[in-house]
Amino acid sequence: MIPSDETPEVTAEGGHGAVPTTGVPTGAIEKGQGVKRRDWPLYEVFVRGKRGLNHVHVGSLHAADAEMALHNARDLYTRRNEGVSIWVVKAEDITASSPAEKDPFFAPSGDKVYRHPTFYAIPEEVPHL
Amino acid sequence: MSPHEVHQGEHDATNAYQSLSETTEHDDPRWAFGTGFEDVEAEISAPVPEGTDPADLAAYCQMLGDDALIYSQRLSEWVANAPELEEEVALANTALDLLGQARVLLSRAGHVEGRGRGEDAFAYLRDQAGFRNIALAEQSDDLDFARCIARLLIFSTWRLALLHRLLGSADPVIAAVAGKGVKELTYHRDYAARWALRLGDGTEESHRRMQAGLEWAWPYVEELFRTSDEERRLVEAGVAVDPAGTREEFDAVLAQVLEQATLARPEVAPVGTIGGRSGRQGIHTERLGHVLAEMQSVAREHPGATW
Amino acid sequence: MTATDERSHHAFEDEFQATIDADQRIEPRDWMPEAYRKTLIRQIAQHAHSEIIGMQPEGNWISRAPSLRRKAILLAKVQDEAGHGMYLYAAAETLGVDREELTEKLIESKQKYSSIFNYPTLTYADVGVIGWLVDGAAICNQVPLCRCSYGPYARAMVRICKEESFHQRQGYELLLAMVNGTPEQKAMVQESVNRWWWPSLMMFGPADGDSPNTQQSMAWNIKRHTNDELRQRFVDMTVPQAAALGVTLPDPDLRWNSERQAHDFGEPDWSEFKAVITGAGPTNAQRVAHRRRAHENGAWVREAARAYADKQAAKKQEAV
Repeated sequence: MIPSDETPEVTAEGGHGAVPTTGVPTGAIEKGQGVKRRDWPLYEVFVRGKRGLNHVHVGSLHAADAEMALHNARDLYTRRNEGVSIWVVKAEDITASSPAEKDPFFAPSGDKVYRHPTFYAIPEEVPHL
Repeated sequence: MSPHEVHQGEHDATNAYQSLSETTEHDDPRWAFGTGFEDVEAEISAPVPEGTDPADLAAYCQMLGDDALIYSQRLSEWVANAPELEEEVALANTALDLLGQARVLLSRAGHVEGRGRGEDAFAYLRDQAGFRNIALAEQSDDLDFARCIARLLIFSTWRLALLHRLLGSADPVIAAVAGKGVKELTYHRDYAARWALRLGDGTEESHRRMQAGLEWAWPYVEELFRTSDEERRLVEAGVAVDPAGTREEFDAVLAQVLEQATLARPEVAPVGTIGGRSGRQGIHTERLGHVLAEMQSVAREHPGATW
Repeated sequence: MTATDERSHHAFEDEFQATIDADQRIEPRDWMPEAYRKTLIRQIAQHAHSEIIGMQPEGNWISRAPSLRRKAILLAKVQDEAGHGMYLYAAAETLGVDREELTEKLIESKQKYSSIFNYPTLTYADVGVIGWLVDGAAICNQVPLCRCSYGPYARAMVRICKEESFHQRQGYELLLAMVNGTPEQKAMVQESVNRWWWPSLMMFGPADGDSPNTQQSMAWNIKRHTNDELRQRFVDMTVPQAAALGVTLPDPDLRWNSERQAHDFGEPDWSEFKAVITGAGPTNAQRVAHRRRAHENGAWVREAARAYADKQAAKKQEAV
């Protein structure tokens, strides 16, 4: 917490602007220390915008199960466009290679594959994305 | 520069500054999403089908339109109140779909009536007795998600059955709304049914709450299948469907969902009528007055304003 | 740490900086300095919180929107903001935090959101002015973020910027309609501009001299322009738009400086800014309490969905 008699450092970044940058916990350190994961699992979403194209990774979302993930993906990533095909995959089920085969060394974030890149650029043909 | 490059330049996603210099003359398709207008605008001014009383048709468009408008108004109360961000998006989408249906139907009512009233005149300048929606639409669920799902399941199952039968309506606007609406309502019903399963067969608490949600909504079910005089006459003209004819489908769908969700069909008395009149005749519950007071407040505060 | 570890650590650091210097993107599984990761988590989380909290001031007017078209637009806009929040939380999750944890930090007031959302929306003109000024200022901040060094954040921003430009347009279009409406409507717009102008300028943060973190963020290509540069750009962009609307920006010192080829303008009230930032703004408590209520009221629903998914999975297991 920021004591009210002190002036916090502030950044203009973070989109809508001025937010403090000091005295703000990130959650990065405490992670995994006996905290029971209570939120819905993360799913990665792949969309085929139209016939003839590959499914392309468009992002991720949370859902209790795969059906809910499909439903939510249609709402969020395709604006319910008919005719598109969607895959959802539980992020923790993805096995990924590591950049430049450096796996043994990069302990900080290389432990879990589910921290997978999101928001790939997608072809212009994909509607409303 | 090739035309293709010019095209790409115009759609440079990173150059959001462009936006202000671009025209705002007509609705961008992005904003028309959920309003339904782009599909049926041309048909709103279509002639009244032969053998149809324009007053009956205008009344019927208000019935279907008011159900959607008032329920959309209630659903949008969930904005910034949903149990998870994913549900924020889903509930707002549903409210937008219904609002879109309402706008087309009320515009059609205005055209058929021929007194120069547009969608906003219907939404903002009618008094309570002018609204023809069913009581289920106007109730407050008090932001109880179980009630929200119970009502959505009931409403979408019923409306989907209606719209299915209206695909062949002799009125081209109603048929067009049904065409788009069937897809939308299929989606709403699917969403509600899946949540009914999760809540009914989730935890003890969610089961209890979901059952209570059903008990809350159930007294308003019977009205859905009551046929008004206008509807009866329009059925003969091939414009409307008799809501009583959707009861069987409704019961079958609900039975299937409730059984799988380990929920019991409520045994509660329906809310009564006044001299046989209810929502379709402009006789409402006490809740509608509050809905309208809120919805119409700004519009009525500024007569003659343009928005 | 052994000598070998030490050497490879330096090698990683060099490679990281080389990637940044070549204006390439850092991706989630790349090695990155802990400070870079923490800076990003904090920034992306605060950005995500701003989107979610930002739904409240505008959501306040959905039920009362004065035309059905305006209602549909506002509903779609606020829904977009939920979507933006989801994109951003997902980007933060690539850095090793969970959305649930971040939400907890928000409702415990341990993480912040943009100060602008601690002001109330008092008339329907505020819906337009938020679109025009607040989303306009956000766009100034966000467009450079589309080239931010962290890949998932940059990609989320491309999507968000696209939609934000619609948000700004709808706001400006509403204001145009209002200033061309009744005299009361025009007065309503001016009154709203008077309230939102200074808070909008404060969205860019304090003057560069009081913003010590800027340098490191710029070295990491997280930040591309200083606070004052962005504020100047916003003012220069907004002045002709205000003229087109026929509204006055409430700053007696605002004038064109032909020498600088830019507008001179007055100093925001930084003491008000500090009060809002430290929790004493007009609606800080209300916004956080609202978010907490929604989250806590939804706990049983999220729990039920998990329980149901577990039961279904167990059934599938049995069937095999």
